Amino acid sequence: CEHFLFPYIQLDFEEAANLMDANRDVVTISIGDEDLKAKRQGPAGGFPPDVADDDPLGSDDKTELLAGQKKSAPFWTFEYYQAFFDVETHHVKERIIGSMLPWPGKNFIQVYLRKNPDLYGPFWICTTLVFACAISGNISTFLHKFGSSGYKYTPEFQKVTIAATAIFTYAWLVPLGLWGFLLWRNNKILNLVSYSFMEIICVYGYSLSVYIPAVVLWIIQVEWLRWCFMVVALCVSGSVLVTTFWPAVRDDNPRVTIAVIAIILLHYPAILIFFCMSLPVCFWETNAADGIKLVFFGETLVNGNCDHAC
Amino acid sequence: MTSAEEASRPFAGLSDVSIPDIPVEGDISLPVASSARDDEFSTLDEPVKETILRDLRAVANKFVHVLYPKRSSVLLRDWDLWGPLLLCVTLALLLQGGAADSNDQGGPQFAEVFVIIWFGSIIITLNSKLLGGTLSFFQSLCVLGYCIMPLTVAMVVCRIVLYTASGKVSFAVRLVVVTASFGWSTFASTAFLADSQPSNRRGLVVYPVFLFYFVIGWMILTFSP
Repeated sequence: CEHFLFPYIQLDFEEAANLMDANRDVVTISIGDEDLKAKRQGPAGGFPPDVADDDPLGSDDKTELLAGQKKSAPFWTFEYYQAFFDVETHHVKERIIGSMLPWPGKNFIQVYLRKNPDLYGPFWICTTLVFACAISGNISTFLHKFGSSGYKYTPEFQKVTIAATAIFTYAWLVPLGLWGFLLWRNNKILNLVSYSFMEIICVYGYSLSVYIPAVVLWIIQVEWLRWCFMVVALCVSGSVLVTTFWPAVRDDNPRVTIAVIAIILLHYPAILIFFCMSLPVCFWETNAADGIKLVFFGETLVNGNCDHAC
Repeated sequence: MTSAEEASRPFAGLSDVSIPDIPVEGDISLPVASSARDDEFSTLDEPVKETILRDLRAVANKFVHVLYPKRSSVLLRDWDLWGPLLLCVTLALLLQGGAADSNDQGGPQFAEVFVIIWFGSIIITLNSKLLGGTLSFFQSLCVLGYCIMPLTVAMVVCRIVLYTASGKVSFAVRLVVVTASFGWSTFASTAFLADSQPSNRRGLVVYPVFLFYFVIGWMILTFSP
């Protein structure tokens, strides 16, 4: 340590150096911890020998520090948000295709995002999904009731509001919860892989993109085919999320790992049920008991009689 | 004094001249053009009809530019929001009188159309600015608002078709008309907006515009009295 005039400053730097020494071997194991290293070395950046000692990723650390410095505009300025739109058309196309075709080894965040998460993709995918739900629901109601007498077509615009609220809430709250959970576990078990909040939002936003074709194909009036499409979309989306978050939770307590993976996979049926309720195979006036029947058996109630949907 | 000493002191020749003895003459007058410029900007004295007609002529000029979209900067240079307001109110009024009298699940309310058009335009403008566009906020709003004109024309045609015919023929005609006007709107607004973006992000800016006019076209197509 260098010798300082004020002993208490020297003590703080000693503590930081001890922390660095203790974790040096932990830090250099995995390749997914680049931004964790950058965060740790940020406050202790005045130690040139330590930065040079971490050889395998030494240059990456410097670029990480420099890259971190470019995004330092305060959050109330316009430039802060412009940093999240720093993508090009082919980037967005690649990310959407990557989220629709998951591959077992490819971690979406590492392969496609590469430290450049954007807000363009998640926002416009969610918006498109909202309107696709509303329009497809409208068309499927219309086609379903086309022949029946006394039916007057009404474009139901409440569905846009409800779908928008649900989808945007999902796209922001679930990443927030997952990020908070990963942060809490990182503090407890000193994990290697950590994702920033923007990256998690990005993954969730892009993983919703596979639902857009599924929702559009919901227009087809064949019941089992609809469910087939929805299940396929569920699997693709779920596998993208699992391959992304598996490195972040695999080193944890096995029960916690299983719980997290289960929650990531199982909250999808909740979304699925929401889709079924909002895409009308049913009228809005049905009560809750009929609602369960409608979700699972696809029956509709017309003037109190049961008709099958197809 | 030697010449070297004289040369070394600047203004040496003036040292024996006292300033108050030299009269200064001349006259100061304003350039003639400034008075004409003042007259141009002061519109207080003109008749009201002239003021209104000037704005109406500007709006009509921009409508013509939307009808025949070519890369010109008229819409961008002198932006105004009268045209978009007029089109938005007309479209919202025409979308009334649907199934609104039966139950509240009828057509879109006036406020819904208004909010969709203006809020949608604002979001698209913010999007293009965040992606590094060079248009100002109101120029973008102006372009997006004026390019709703083909869809408003399509709405008028749809209402006429719905009064005269009904059934599959009217639906086919309305579908063709709305699709054509939606394509026209998107093409017109792209012609104005595309130049302000770097070429590697043009697709990212055009897609929200496409979605916006698609949703408005959908509202027009599904209107049923």
